[in-house]
Amino acid sequence: MAGIWLIPFFPLASAVLLLLSAGRMPRQLAAWLGAGSVGLSAICVASLVNDFLADGQVREVTLWTWMTVAEFTPRFAFYIDGLTVVMMSVITGVGFLIHLYSIEFMWDDESICRYFAYMNLFVGAMLLLVMADNLLLLYLGWEGVGVCSYLLVGFWYRDPANGKAARKAFVVTRVGDTAMALGLFLLFTELGTLDIQPLLAAANSTWQVGDTLPVLATALLLGGAVGKSAQLPLQVWLPDAMAGPTPVSALIHAATMVTAGVYLIARTSGLFLLAPPTMEAVAWIGLLTLLLAAFAALVQQDIKRILAYSTISQIGYMFLALGVGAFASGIFHLVTHAFFKALLFLAAGAVIHCLHHEHNIFRMGGLRKRLPVVFWSFLIGSAALAALPFTSGFYSKDAILLSASEVGGIGLWLWAGGLLGALLTGIYSFRLVFIVFFGQAHTEPDRQPGWKMSVALVVLCALALAGGLLALPLADVFPAARAHEASHAIEYISIGTPLLGLLLAYLMFLGRQINFDRAADSIAGRRVRGFLFSGWRFDQLYEVLWVRPYTTVAHWCRNEPVDRVYNAIVASSQWAHHKLAALQTGELRWYATSMVFGLVLLLAVMLRNAT
Amino acid sequence: MGGLQIPMEQVLALAGLLFSCGLLGLMLRRNIIFMLMSLEVMLNAAALAFVAAGAKWQQADGQIIFLLILSVAAAEVAVGLGLVLQIQRRFKTLDMDQARRLRG
Repeated sequence: MAGIWLIPFFPLASAVLLLLSAGRMPRQLAAWLGAGSVGLSAICVASLVNDFLADGQVREVTLWTWMTVAEFTPRFAFYIDGLTVVMMSVITGVGFLIHLYSIEFMWDDESICRYFAYMNLFVGAMLLLVMADNLLLLYLGWEGVGVCSYLLVGFWYRDPANGKAARKAFVVTRVGDTAMALGLFLLFTELGTLDIQPLLAAANSTWQVGDTLPVLATALLLGGAVGKSAQLPLQVWLPDAMAGPTPVSALIHAATMVTAGVYLIARTSGLFLLAPPTMEAVAWIGLLTLLLAAFAALVQQDIKRILAYSTISQIGYMFLALGVGAFASGIFHLVTHAFFKALLFLAAGAVIHCLHHEHNIFRMGGLRKRLPVVFWSFLIGSAALAALPFTSGFYSKDAILLSASEVGGIGLWLWAGGLLGALLTGIYSFRLVFIVFFGQAHTEPDRQPGWKMSVALVVLCALALAGGLLALPLADVFPAARAHEASHAIEYISIGTPLLGLLLAYLMFLGRQINFDRAADSIAGRRVRGFLFSGWRFDQLYEVLWVRPYTTVAHWCRNEPVDRVYNAIVASSQWAHHKLAALQTGELRWYATSMVFGLVLLLAVMLRNAT
Repeated sequence: MGGLQIPMEQVLALAGLLFSCGLLGLMLRRNIIFMLMSLEVMLNAAALAFVAAGAKWQQADGQIIFLLILSVAAAEVAVGLGLVLQIQRRFKTLDMDQARRLRG
């Protein structure tokens, strides 16, 4: 297909138009331009997917040479293989549904033009990220989505808290991005190219498995991935990023941008396979993050924060899959997660939209009958999130757990940890369903979701249910995975665990057969809840470790300590000037007398020296 | 070389005396005209020393320097008197303690 360049072009052009209009575009036009451009991209992607599935050919499109500096000639070029096609489909497909939903969600906002401009810019940058054939272009898209994330988290900038959340998201991901940039420098100096395919080939021919350099390079790339995908230890920004509008959380902080780290590792899987220590680190990071976030999600009260922690947790599963070498399973989970998490966020957004911007789940309740479409969407999304059998999440998560269990040595630990995470996922996702949609109503909805919201929800419901049946064209991208030959016991355990979680959630939050209010209200219980509620106190830790020393140094530097030396020189010469100027009395006789005395003094010295 | 021989020491003592008189006048008088006159006395004291030294060592240099000092003194007086006129016109006084506008 000739028009591959059109795919990122539509959203980027639309973003430029919307930005140039400076908010004066009629909202009808702005909304449909914003959603329509992504829709056009989605149509182009659909046509591309159709062609790709027919012939399976890798497509390389070179638009122009970006710059030429000696031997460094990165091109503006796209590399379209199975992985790219999968990512592009998710970005434009889910992206279009979220844009459609946004038209209704943001209709009353005065800045709808700015909203769609940023959203389109985001889609364009994300497409560049996944289509790039070299790491520099990928980095351009990477930073582009980072900027859009910053702009959209702080979209309602009049509340200083939102601006703070946006800055936090930007700065924390920047820590990872710096590591990634260093990784790119290292790769370029060692291998002489940043084009991904030649780079992987060169790495395979120059480096052996277990060398130091590939470990270092992949560790640096992993730093970038950890920052972008909100994994330990840089996971602190994602819960706060929920300050943005809910469709933004659905698109950027659940379906696409936060999974960019997973994409990066999958894209450079050839490098990671040369560095077993990094692979193991990826697996452990994924496992620890998924457990940490799942525990934190158990006690949150803000509907969006629960979903944010569940996103961190699910990306942890993807990292776990990457770490054990099951790249295709990780990408599969990325896709199904994009479906069901976008669905959950959009359903949560519908709840928030219909309940006067209420976020606290304990002030909701009883919405099952009142918002039926939203209820069923949320139920399906939660079922997929908890990986109940025959939903999309079940197939992908099952594949990850199976792959983990087959790894020798640490595999059993990874599998057990992943299973515990699955149990917790079942509990927290159905806790959310039971508290929000069952029981007593605390707030009455004042409107029903319109057709745009409903269409987006219904389509995503279908994807979240049936997404597990998709066969992703990833066979040629990654080294062939081992055939799963797990025992039936492991199969049954993986099927049973989410159901157990569902049962526990029912007993604890709906049937109230298990009542541990007394334990939870005791001093220790409060401590534990507070600890989990704050996300394992990572914010406080970083406050002490980094933020406060930094602000102290910044405060100290505000007085320009270096300038003080120069200011002292200026001050002393000014002081001397004033003192010496007093000698100039204007009295002629005083001048004459002092000259005489000076002369006498000079003569005396000369005479003394002469003798 | 006939005539009265005056010892070198006495001439130099006279020159020193004249010079000191001029210096004291310069430092103590407040009237600008007297200060200029004191300067003349000092110049002439120096010139006297030169002449005496020239006579002592039979060199013409001393007398040449005397002529030079004479012309410098003449030029200095021309400029100095011009300044005196200006000072008189601006400050309505010749007292240099009153004319102190050059102080820093």
